[in-house]
Amino acid sequence: MSEIGVGHYITLSAILFTIGAVGVLTRKNAIIVFMSIEIMLNAANLAFVTFATAIGDLGGMVMVLIVIAVAAAEAAVGLAIIVAMFRHRETVNVEAFNTMRG
Amino acid sequence: MAAWIWVVPALPLAGVLINGLFGRRLGKGAVSVVGPGAVGAAFAVSLALFLDLVGRPTAARQLTQTLYSWLAAGDFEASVGFLVDPLSATLMLVVTGVGFLIHVYSVGYMHDEDRRGFARYFTYLNLFTFAMLLLVMADNFLLLFVGWEGVGLCSYLLIGFWFKDRDNATAGKKAFIVNRIGDFGFLLGIFLIFGTFGSVTFADVLPAAATVLAPGGDLAFWICLFLFVGAVGKSAQIPLYVWLPDAMAGPTPVSALIHAATMVTAGVYMVARSHALYDMAPEVLAIVAGIGAATALYAATIGLVQTDIKKVLAYSTISQLGYMFLAVGVAAYAAGIFHLVTHAFFKALLFLGAGSVIHALHGEQDLRRMGGLKSIMPVTYWTMLGATLAIAGIPPLAGFFSKDEILWRVWDAGHPVLWAIGFATAGLTALYMFRLFFLAFHGEFRGTPEQRQHAHESPPSMIVPLVVLGVLSVVGGWIGIPPAIGNLVGHLPNAFEGWLAPVFEGGHGAAVHGAEVHAVPPAEYALMAASVAVAALGILAARHLWLARPDLPQRIAARFQAPYALLANKYWIDELYDAAVVRPYNALSRFAWRVVDDGLIDGLLVGGTGALVQWQSRVASRWESGNVATYLTVFFGGAIAILVYYLFG
Repeated sequence: MSEIGVGHYITLSAILFTIGAVGVLTRKNAIIVFMSIEIMLNAANLAFVTFATAIGDLGGMVMVLIVIAVAAAEAAVGLAIIVAMFRHRETVNVEAFNTMRG
Repeated sequence: MAAWIWVVPALPLAGVLINGLFGRRLGKGAVSVVGPGAVGAAFAVSLALFLDLVGRPTAARQLTQTLYSWLAAGDFEASVGFLVDPLSATLMLVVTGVGFLIHVYSVGYMHDEDRRGFARYFTYLNLFTFAMLLLVMADNFLLLFVGWEGVGLCSYLLIGFWFKDRDNATAGKKAFIVNRIGDFGFLLGIFLIFGTFGSVTFADVLPAAATVLAPGGDLAFWICLFLFVGAVGKSAQIPLYVWLPDAMAGPTPVSALIHAATMVTAGVYMVARSHALYDMAPEVLAIVAGIGAATALYAATIGLVQTDIKKVLAYSTISQLGYMFLAVGVAAYAAGIFHLVTHAFFKALLFLGAGSVIHALHGEQDLRRMGGLKSIMPVTYWTMLGATLAIAGIPPLAGFFSKDEILWRVWDAGHPVLWAIGFATAGLTALYMFRLFFLAFHGEFRGTPEQRQHAHESPPSMIVPLVVLGVLSVVGGWIGIPPAIGNLVGHLPNAFEGWLAPVFEGGHGAAVHGAEVHAVPPAEYALMAASVAVAALGILAARHLWLARPDLPQRIAARFQAPYALLANKYWIDELYDAAVVRPYNALSRFAWRVVDDGLIDGLLVGGTGALVQWQSRVASRWESGNVATYLTVFFGGAIAILVYYLFG
C-alpha cells in the first residue's frame, strides 16, 4: 500500500466535485441543490489545501479560509432566499421557479 | 407712370386680405364695397397706364417695373417684374374692366349667401383678379406661370364654391386635374426656353428667338408645342376641353368672369405674347390653327342640342376660343386678341344675362322650362339680344368685326379649308345662340306656375353691368374696323391693329397684317357678305325651328336619332376619357395602393422587418427557459469546453 499522495487527494476532490455538479444539475429540491453547491465548494477547498501543502505555500490555505467565509455568507443569503421562495410558492422545487422564461 | 404699375395687382390683393381676414366681421355691406371697389380702382390705374401709353410715340409704348429679384440660382434668374405694353395694357383693361362689372353684378347675384359665404366669394374673386393681372402683366414666363397657376386655383375654388354638393366639388377637381395636364406641358416649354435662351424674361427671349432658333427647327417646334399644350388645357381646346362644361357648376358670375371672359383666354394671350417663338415654328402654328378650327366646329355642334342654358354658353365659349386659336394659328395675332376682347364683352354679357334669368327663376337652368321671359325681364331681354346678335356676327356689332377679321385673315393666309370650317361654325353659332335666345325669351312660359309668379327683373346691381356690357357688345367692335369698311367711310385705320402693331411687329404676321390702309381685294367684301348671310341664315333657321314650328326640332331629333344621340351625349368623349384614361389610371392607382404600398412597402418592407425581429426574438427567447438546471448545464458545458480548449487546443 503506497503512501497517500497528492494524486489521492486530487482524485477525491474531483469525485466530490463531480458528485456536487451532478447533484446541482439533476436534483429538483432547492435545498439539495444548495447542498450540492457546498460539496463543490469543499471539493475546491480540498484541492487548494492539497496543492498548498505540496508546494509549501500558505496562499492556498488563505484562499480556503476566504472560500469558507464566503460560503457561510452564501449559506445565509441562499437559505433566506429559499425560505422566501417557499413562502411565496409553498414549494422548493426549482422547476417551479421559471416565471422569467422567454 | 411706370412707378405705379405695381398698384394694379396690389389693389385686388389688398381686397383679398381685407375680405379674407376681416370679411366675416365686416359684414356684407362692407365686403360688397371692398370687393368691387378694389377691382374698380385697379381699372382706374390701368386706364391711367393705358392713357400714358397712348400719349407716347409708338416705339416707346412700353413700361416696365421690377419689384425685386425673386429667384436667383447660378445662371438662373427670375424677378417679380411687370411689363405694360399695348398687349398687356389691353388685357389689363379687359380683366379689370369686365372684372369690375362682374364684381358689381355678383353683389346682387350672391345676395342670398350668408356673411361667411359672401366674404369667401369675394375673397376668391379678388384673388382671381390678382392672379389674372399677374398673368397678363408678368415680364417673364415664370411669373406668368405663377399667375397661370393662380387663376387655375381660383377657378377650382370657385367652381366648387358650393362644395356641399358633391357634383360641384367633383367638377372643380376635374377642372384642376385637366388643367394640370396642360400645365405640365407649359412647364416643359419653360424649361426648354431656359435651356435654350438661358433666361425666361420676355425681353431676353423674344427678341433673340429669330437668331437663336432655326425657322422650322426641332427646338422651335418642341418649345412652341409644349407651350401650346399649356394653352390647350387652360383655354379648353380639343382634347382638353372637357373641364369647361363641367365648370358651369360654379356661380354664374364666376362662369362669366373666369370661364368666358378672362382666364380661358389666357392661352390665346400666351401664344400671342410668345409669337416671336411661334413665328419660328410654322408647323406648330398649323397645329394651333387646325385644333382651333376643329374645336370651333366641334363645340358648336354640341352646343346645338344642350338643354342647360349655361352648358350651351360653355360650348359656345369653347367654340369662340377655337376661333381665337384659329386666328393666332395663321399668325393673325392682333385678330385673335381682338376677338378675345369683343368675346369678353359679349360672352360675359351672355353669362350675366343667363345668370339674371336663372336668378329670376330661382335656380332653373333648363331651357325647356323657360320661355316668354321677354315681357318679365325687359332689360335682360334687350341686352341679351344685343349680345346674341354680336356673337352671331351681325354688323355693326362687336362680334361681326372680330369674327370677320379672323375669317378674312384665314382666307388671306391661304387656308380655304380652315376658312370653310370657320364659316360653317359662324352659321352654327347664330343657330344655337338664337335657339337659346328664343327658347328662353320667346314663346310660352314652360316652367311651374310658382316660377312664373316669382319671376322678376333683376336688381339694379345686376342690371347696370348688363347695360354697360350691352353697350360694349354693340360698339366694342368699332375699335378694330377693318380697312374694307374703314375705306368706305373715309380712310379710317384699323385702330386696334395699329395699337398692337408694336408688339407683333418683327413676326411675319405684322408685315402682312400691318395697320396701314392698303388696297382692299374684292374677295374680302365677298367673304364679309357671305359670313353675314350665313349668320342671318342661322338666325332665320333658329326662328323657324324654335319659334314658328316648335314641334319640328323634336321630329328632327326623332328622325335622325343616331346623330342626335351623338351630339346630346357630347360625342361620348367624357365616357371615352373615363374608359381610356380615368379608369386605367384609377386601376394603376389602386395597384400602387394595394400592391405597391400596402403589399410591398407596408407589408413586405415595414411589416417584414418587424416580423423578422419578432421571429428572431422568439427564437432567442427560447434560451430563457427559466429552468435553473438548464442554465447550469449550459454553464458547465461552457466551462468544460473552455477547459478542453486550454488543455488540448
